[in-house]
Amino acid sequence: MTAKMTMAQAINSALRDAMTADDSVVVFGEDVGPLGGVFRVTEGLTSDFGEDRCFDTPLAESGIVGMAAGMAMNGMRPVVEMQFDAFAYPAFEQVVSHVAKFGNRTRGTLRLPMVIRIPYAGGIGGVEHHCDSSEAYYAHTAGLTVVAPANNTDAYALLRAAIESPDPVVYLEPKRHYFSNDEVDLAAADSTIGRAAVARKGRDATLIAYGPSVPVALAAAEEAATEGRDLGVVDLRSIVPFDDDTVCEQVKHTGRAVVVAEAPGFASVASEVAARVTEHCFHYLEAPVRRVTGFDIPYPAPKLEHFHLPDTARILDAVDELQWEEQL
Amino acid sequence: MSIDQLDAAVATVRVLDEAGELVDGTERPDSTALLAGYRQLVHGRRLNEQAGALVRQGRLAVYPSSRGQEACQVACATALSEGDWLFPTYRDAVAIAARGVDPVDVLSMLKGDWHCGYDPARHRVAPQATPLATQLLHAVGVAHAARLKGEDTVVMALCGDGATSEGDFHEACNFAAVFASPVVFFVQNNKYAISVPLARQSVAPSLASKAVGYGMPGVRVDGNDLGALSTVLGEAVERARRGCGPTLVEADTYRVEAHTNADDATRYRTTDEVDEWAGRDPLTRVSAYLRGVGALDDDIEAEFAADADRMAARVREGLGVDVAPDPDELFAHVYATPTQQLVQQRAALQGEFDVEEA
Ligand SMILES: Cc1ncc(C[n+]2csc(CCOP(=O)(O)OP(=O)(O)O)c2C)c(N)n1
Ligand SMILES: [Mg+2]
Repeated sequence: MTAKMTMAQAINSALRDAMTADDSVVVFGEDVGPLGGVFRVTEGLTSDFGEDRCFDTPLAESGIVGMAAGMAMNGMRPVVEMQFDAFAYPAFEQVVSHVAKFGNRTRGTLRLPMVIRIPYAGGIGGVEHHCDSSEAYYAHTAGLTVVAPANNTDAYALLRAAIESPDPVVYLEPKRHYFSNDEVDLAAADSTIGRAAVARKGRDATLIAYGPSVPVALAAAEEAATEGRDLGVVDLRSIVPFDDDTVCEQVKHTGRAVVVAEAPGFASVASEVAARVTEHCFHYLEAPVRRVTGFDIPYPAPKLEHFHLPDTARILDAVDELQWEEQL
Repeated sequence: MSIDQLDAAVATVRVLDEAGELVDGTERPDSTALLAGYRQLVHGRRLNEQAGALVRQGRLAVYPSSRGQEACQVACATALSEGDWLFPTYRDAVAIAARGVDPVDVLSMLKGDWHCGYDPARHRVAPQATPLATQLLHAVGVAHAARLKGEDTVVMALCGDGATSEGDFHEACNFAAVFASPVVFFVQNNKYAISVPLARQSVAPSLASKAVGYGMPGVRVDGNDLGALSTVLGEAVERARRGCGPTLVEADTYRVEAHTNADDATRYRTTDEVDEWAGRDPLTRVSAYLRGVGALDDDIEAEFAADADRMAARVREGLGVDVAPDPDELFAHVYATPTQQLVQQRAALQGEFDVEEA
């Protein structure tokens, strides 16, 4: 049973289906009510489920996340929206000090089943504060589950799983793909958090990516194929928990790996992936693991962003440097 | 009415009504100052219109218009003296221009060239703040530093009704009150935060009344009444300069256009409501009053319009030029001295250009 829909619609469907299945699921945030969200992700939820199930709050992210934590303590499953990546920062204290730690603090007696949805990353020509890749802050915080779908089917499946998770989940939405249409098979979707997907099988090298970088990696693999190089692509889907098994199986198979991510590379998720692959697959590697990431700079102004974002050329350059000559 | 009277926070200070009639019991505004203000209003309106047109032509990516709020924009800029500071938000381009910054440099950010197109230190105008309410604490810091240095600087800190819900708003108000900082918090209550109406931000009797909790005066003023705004903001600035501490001023106004061009306001408000507020336009009442007292005629009006058209032409010309983005800038300003890693990354990018050229 497949249907053509955008990523925004896939996320909307996941919210609807979760709200229908479970009365304790509530959606709130800024402009998510009558407007349906600035990206229209929550379109129609207030009119269809009522103001108690989907509502606008006063404009305060710390308030939104803090209140969600309290509601989660009292039997509800809040799904809150941060309007843009950089506007989640006022909630950082709540996320890091409480949302992530309540379960551990209380020896598991108080779990917080809540989801923080964050439109994230760039590629939309947005002004400052609208394009941050903030996943490393969350991934670095023990107690948070962090997922980043790369396609519309996963957008649906991972959100359903996130809402059902007993732990708090940061759900990162690659905003530049909100309006890309795709065939979505809701029934067949893999809703396991913590499992990476082999988005493309390849013999020569493995590209490892997540979120908005997966389509870029797939395009690079496509281009490499025309040049006679067979690249595989692993889509992490879930940053935390991390699927060492799938990633390492692919890398062991090819002996070469490039990690692709849009965030600055320093102290990043890409660095963690590269380190893990190196530790786990060292004896299988033909070359050091390479990272293709954004520069270590604040996200650039719109006219400069194309210099910053990893593109297929940069990925293929990195692949070229994986010591192929020694194979001869 | 004096700023220090408690009911000032709920009652609305007015000088000119919608028709441009002097409100009973108020002092006549100075016609020369009001005429100068009117010229700025005409410019502000023209700038809003020109920026909107540039968005439609694709020259600007986005523009948050202050149409309908021009009296607030002009009054907060003109209330300041030479050495004072303004802390604007993304919606305050007209206020920044009224402070003397070239509108081309204000709008170039929205063209995507760089995050801020003017020199904040030279103009004493902070970069336009996007993360809501965060700039208010910086404003308090600038004011506090000025006090410690013995300067008589006053800082005008702007935000919207929605931003008053953020924690930083409360922290800034409290810090300023505790340190008696020379800050004027000027809230343009335009009734919406994107789609969210005021009623969802606060059920306080007014936003100005929140001042009570911090121990500072709060005043609510008709935000479409340049005369009233100038009086109230002028008094608040003087109070701050005299060392009497901060004031919270709430302007009762309305966002006549959508949040930005990307927003569809018909999804959350009625055209009747918009029309009603359009009838309280901040420009018409001033021109009606000035004509009534013989300070404005068709010739002056035509001169102001021609002036504004010249400004708009300069804006079109300035923003019509495409400056090739300089990739060096990506790395040049992150630290005072670029780190070794940034130097390497700059070289790697240059390497890509060299390959492309070869
Ligand atoms: C911390 C933060 N959260 C969310 C946003 C997104 N956002 C931009 S403008 C806006 C509404 C602000 O409303 P208000 O303060 O009333 O100012 P207005 O736009 O009406 O001038 C929102 C929610 C933001 N810029 N910063
Ligand atoms: Mg507002």
